[in-house]
Amino acid sequence: MIIILLNNNNNVRADGREFDELRPFKIEAGVLERADGSAYLEIGGNKILAAVYGPRELHVRRIMRPDMAVLRCRYNMAPFSVGERKRPGPDRRSVEISKITADALRPSVFLERFPRSTIDVFIEVLEAEGGTRCAGITAASVALADAGVPMKDLVVSCAAGKANGNVILDLSEEEDKEGEADLPVAIMPRSGEITLLQMDGHLTPDEFEKALDLAIKGCEKISAAQKEAIKNRYGEENGS
Amino acid sequence: MIFVEDKDLVVPGDVLADDEYHTGRGTFREGKNICSSLVGLVAVRDKKVSVIPLQSKYIPKRGDVVIGKITDIRFSMWNLDVNSPYSGFLPASDVFGKEKRDLNKAFDVGDVLFLRVVDVDEVKKVKLGLKGRGLGKFRGGILIYITPTKVPRLIGKKGSMINMIKDETHCEIIVGQNGVVWVKGDPMMERVAEKVINMIEKQAHTSGLTDRVRNMLSELLGKEIEEEEIEEETEAEEVPEPEEDQIQG
Repeated sequence: MIIILLNNNNNVRADGREFDELRPFKIEAGVLERADGSAYLEIGGNKILAAVYGPRELHVRRIMRPDMAVLRCRYNMAPFSVGERKRPGPDRRSVEISKITADALRPSVFLERFPRSTIDVFIEVLEAEGGTRCAGITAASVALADAGVPMKDLVVSCAAGKANGNVILDLSEEEDKEGEADLPVAIMPRSGEITLLQMDGHLTPDEFEKALDLAIKGCEKISAAQKEAIKNRYGEENGS
Repeated sequence: MIFVEDKDLVVPGDVLADDEYHTGRGTFREGKNICSSLVGLVAVRDKKVSVIPLQSKYIPKRGDVVIGKITDIRFSMWNLDVNSPYSGFLPASDVFGKEKRDLNKAFDVGDVLFLRVVDVDEVKKVKLGLKGRGLGKFRGGILIYITPTKVPRLIGKKGSMINMIKDETHCEIIVGQNGVVWVKGDPMMERVAEKVINMIEKQAHTSGLTDRVRNMLSELLGKEIEEEEIEEETEAEEVPEPEEDQIQG
C-alpha cells in the first residue's frame, strides 16, 4: 500500500503541524551534578543544556556592582549541532544571543539580594533546529530556579513568525530560513511582561499583533511544562 | 485567601496568597498577591506565608558558626572560603593578639578552620573570629558539602539525627551553618557517614527521614539499631525547619 501525504493542503505546515501548534518538547531539571542548577530541554530537533553557577564570588572588579549581582550569560553552539560543522568559539551571532538572553532573564531575578556577586548562566546547544535562542532562555530559567536563585517568575520564550504567507507558531529551521519573518518573544507569564522581543523579516502591523498573541500563547503552554519539570525533580523522591 | 497548603512544593512565580497574609522568607508581594520567589516547600504560620528553599547559597550572618578553608594569606589576615558568594577574612590580631608573628606558621593555605562570623558589614565583608568554645583548626577528617538550608534537617530535633550518626559511626561530626560538615573517625566509618549525610541532603524535603536514616545505617553497618528516641523525632519530621533557634544557640 502506498500512502501519499497530502502536503499541498493549505491548512498544514511542512511538518504537518497546525499554524498554532508547538513542536513536541520535554524539559528536565537538575541533570548536571557539578553545577548549582541545570536543565535539559528538547523542542523539535533542538537539544539544549543549561547550567547555572552562583551566586558566587566575582573577581572581575571592573564589572562588579556594589548594589546587586551581575548576571552573565554564555550561549554556545557545539560544532556538531548543525548540518555543516560550525567553527567552535563565539561568533557575532552567539555574542548577540548571549547578550539578549542575559537581558531577557535579568528582570526576573532578584539581583539586589546578592550584591558584589555574580550569577553565571551557560547555554550549550547540542543540536539545533530553529528557535535555539528561545529554547535557551526557557532552559536557562529552569536552571536558575533549580539553582535556588530567587526570582519573580520563570521566564519563558517562544517564537512566532510568518512562512508561506501564514502567521505561524514555533518556527522550524526550514520555516525560519524560507519564511518571511521570525519573532522571538520572552515573557514572564504571571504578569505578562515581555522581556525579549526581536523581529527578523517583514510583518504588517496586523500580522505582528497576530504573531505576538500566538507567541504568548505558545509561551504559556511551555511555562506549564517548566513548572512541571522542576516539580518532577523533587517529586520522585517524595514517594507520594 | 490562601491558594496553597502547608508543605506544598512551589516554584518561582507561583501565587501563594492574597493580602490577608504577610510575606515571609522566600516570598514577595506583588500588588495584592503574595508570590513565591523560590523552589521550595510552603510553610504557613498564623498569617505568615513563607517558602523553605530546597536549594540555596549560604549568606553569612553575624553569630553563625561556620567551617572555612584558607585560600590566601595576606599581610595581616587570612582569606577563607566559607562556601558562600562572599569570602571571609580572619584578622591576624584575632589569633596572635598584639604580638607580630608569621601568619603561615599558624595556619597555611588549605587548612580547615571552625570559626564564628564576627561581623558582616554593608559591603558584605565577612569578618571571622576564632574566639569561642570548640573553635579552631581541624586536623584530618573529611569535608562534606550540603545545602545550607538542609543543616537543621541534618541536625534533627535536639540533635537527634546527627547524634544517631555520631553514635553509630563513632565519628566526630561538626556541622557548620554554611553547609559544610566535617567528619573524622575510622576511614571506613567516614565513608558511611558521608553516604548517610548525602542521602539526608537528597531527601531532606521528605517525611519519615529519621527511619530511613536508621535503616540505611543498620544496612551499611550490618547491625540492628534500636529505636530509642522515636517519639521525639516524629514531630521533627513534620516541620521542615524546626531547629533554627536551637542551632544558633
